[in-house]
Amino acid sequence: MYRYDEFDSDFVLQRARQFRRQTERRLTGELSEEQFKPLRLMNGLYLQLHAYMLRINVPYGCLSSRQLRKLAHIARVYDKGYGHLTTRQNVQFNWIKLEDTPAILEQLASVEMHCIQSSGNCIRNTTSDPYAGAAAEEIHDPRLYCELIRQWSSLHPEFSFLPRKFKIAVTGSPRDRAAVKVHDIGLRLHRNPAGEAGFEVIVGGGLGRTPFIGKTVRDFLPVQQLLSYLEAILRVYNQLGRRDNKYKARIKVLVHEMGTEAFQKCVEEQWEQIREGGLTLPQEEIDRIGAYFAPPAYEDLSDSVPALETTRREEPAFDAWLQNNVVEHKQAGYAIVNVSVKAVGAAPGDISADQMEAVAELADRFSFGELRVTHSQNLVLCDVRKTDLEALWRRLAAIGLATPNVGLLTDSICCPGLDYCSLASARSIPVAQSISERFADPGRLRDIGELQLKMSGCINACGHHHVGHIGILGADKKGEELYQLTLGGSADENTAIGKIIGPGFDAEGIVDAIENVVETYLSLRQDGERFIDTYQRVGRDPFKENLYASDQGR
Amino acid sequence: MPLIKGGERVDDPWISLAEGAEIPPHGPLIVSLQQWRDQRAALLARADTLGIRLASDQPTSEIADDLSHFELVALEFPSFGDGRPYSHARILREILGFEGELRAVGDVLLEQLHFMHRAGFDAFVVSSETALEDWRIAESEIRVWYQPTADGRPTAMMLRRG
Amino acid sequence: MPWVVIANRLRDGIVVFLAPGGGWVEQIAGSRLAGNEREAEEMVALGQQAEADQEVVAPDLIAVEERAGVIVPTKRREAIRATGPSVRTDLGKQAED
Ligand code: SF4
Repeated sequence: MYRYDEFDSDFVLQRARQFRRQTERRLTGELSEEQFKPLRLMNGLYLQLHAYMLRINVPYGCLSSRQLRKLAHIARVYDKGYGHLTTRQNVQFNWIKLEDTPAILEQLASVEMHCIQSSGNCIRNTTSDPYAGAAAEEIHDPRLYCELIRQWSSLHPEFSFLPRKFKIAVTGSPRDRAAVKVHDIGLRLHRNPAGEAGFEVIVGGGLGRTPFIGKTVRDFLPVQQLLSYLEAILRVYNQLGRRDNKYKARIKVLVHEMGTEAFQKCVEEQWEQIREGGLTLPQEEIDRIGAYFAPPAYEDLSDSVPALETTRREEPAFDAWLQNNVVEHKQAGYAIVNVSVKAVGAAPGDISADQMEAVAELADRFSFGELRVTHSQNLVLCDVRKTDLEALWRRLAAIGLATPNVGLLTDSICCPGLDYCSLASARSIPVAQSISERFADPGRLRDIGELQLKMSGCINACGHHHVGHIGILGADKKGEELYQLTLGGSADENTAIGKIIGPGFDAEGIVDAIENVVETYLSLRQDGERFIDTYQRVGRDPFKENLYASDQGR
Repeated sequence: MPLIKGGERVDDPWISLAEGAEIPPHGPLIVSLQQWRDQRAALLARADTLGIRLASDQPTSEIADDLSHFELVALEFPSFGDGRPYSHARILREILGFEGELRAVGDVLLEQLHFMHRAGFDAFVVSSETALEDWRIAESEIRVWYQPTADGRPTAMMLRRG
Repeated sequence: MPWVVIANRLRDGIVVFLAPGGGWVEQIAGSRLAGNEREAEEMVALGQQAEADQEVVAPDLIAVEERAGVIVPTKRREAIRATGPSVRTDLGKQAED
């Protein structure tokens, strides 16, 4: 993974010290809350329901064991012993004190981490494929470009006061695990017929109040031009994006209102003026950053491990885990292991300091000391020898992180909701917990198969409910929590926005409703169909009829 | 209000033409885009230097062809969060090649000065009473830069490549 | 309907309530109740003053009711602030008494 050099280290430390000064000015009253708020937000510090919340960037989801140990330390010393993995591959702490924050930022700087631009109307942490570098079907490793974007966007002198926040996602696989079509900019690495690497550039996707699927504005952008092209897009957005209404300020609205072609033309015009400038990436620089992401020292191993087969016959739980949580690796004899942070009845993505430390230990022992955070709020050990799988599984099981449910119904994505978030309309975690308990039986879960449940506690859609196969949106109706159901969304290469199915449900009713939807699917599915396949074949009506046939839950 | 230029607090020789006021015969004068459009000939007939002030929703294309007439361009920041003038500044410096004084006016706070300077501004009307001190803090805190801009500071990438 | 003033303490963000005598307390049980609008206005002014003095952030007047002798905010959001996350009853104010 990337390692800071002296420039990067100085930079994050300077930034941490700057925040120390700003905090002091706030505490002495030289800065009012109104003046201070944008400053703390640009360092990831929110004021939530119970305390300050600090959002720490995990750059494109990549984390070292050393960094994870530091997060565990922060959880223990400055928080209440746990943290939360977010849907943008970051980590949040819920109980932070303002007066401690400068010290926390300095501690983070010591392990090459920061909170710069994890909030605010600026370019946020770039997200990417959690299997980058390891996925069997990968065309090109996206991480080096994520790192180049990270550096280019850090305290950008032109783009730190955009109309609204700005999120970029990069993938290098045909299988899209980074949801590039629902980002402000999505970048898909591929190769042209000459074998050169370049990006498909997708602009104007997004969720929230008005979901949009991004539009392709360029089929093939040579990698050397990445930053100049991004700068052209951002320059158009910064000048023309709406600033009169915060609900219309994202680039998706600009692209929609201008029309894709007009927008594209504007970007190309800007780009013509700067494409030969100082942002062109020299090949040596691409190679230099790329070298940080060179594959680890894989051993020459056989891909077939007979002992595995024996154990999986004897241990059904291990078999289930292998089936659901372990993914094919590009390197023979290795596997990608998903660490489920979705134990039955647990708050999705919440991880204790003890678990963080234990996983760091496992990463050191089994996966070259590195791990990833996924946008579905799990962790990944990317480079595990197949011969180590059993040992790893036993250790993960011992700390409650081997639930064999990755990609299944109980591996739900869920935002913090009204239990923590000051913008929330309704609670989301208790609903996720109830559903997780209702579908706790691993056999039943496996029979249901791949099913993405995504839940948000308000229309801001941090839980990506629009693109869940099943989506739940929490609302407030005259003081009562109300949950709206959407079906048929998808965040992969076949991105689709789910449709609202009908009137909402109360907190108990929604769990019954999910069960009803699942039963409808099971009764209709044909051989080998996943939920989303059946839904796409039969449409929403059969689901709707069954849901509202009786009065249940309403 | 204090004017910071070249790292010093300096006197401001420029005056702004008030709405509906007579054009003064002498002295460096800053006019709005509207005043420039309405009274172009009279303004050009003066012997003294001219500057123009743009609101944040007035793009640089409005003055691109007239730029040679101006020795100063003032860009207004109506609020902390309105970031359009940063783009306008970079376009003026890096694309249109404007070499005169680029002045930040309006809501100009310590925390933005560094961004402004990097974007191409070289003069700042700062409301704070400790304007010069603010300027020094803003310039001293962050000393690593990742983006090449017209201020010519070496980026981390340039320094790495030696 | 009675009201209390809720806020977050500036230094640490912890939820606090305006108390009789002008201080701030962490438990809603110790908060000052406004029984009429005049008193409510006075308390709002005290909250704003405390914000100006860098003591608290975002002071807000919220409606409460008494249930079995306990003061409870009428809105769920504020009730969760007054107790702690409903999914972590081991944390927050609910764990302290
Ligand atoms: S979706 Fe709403 S409730 Fe959930 S985290 Fe985002 S803003 Fe908060």
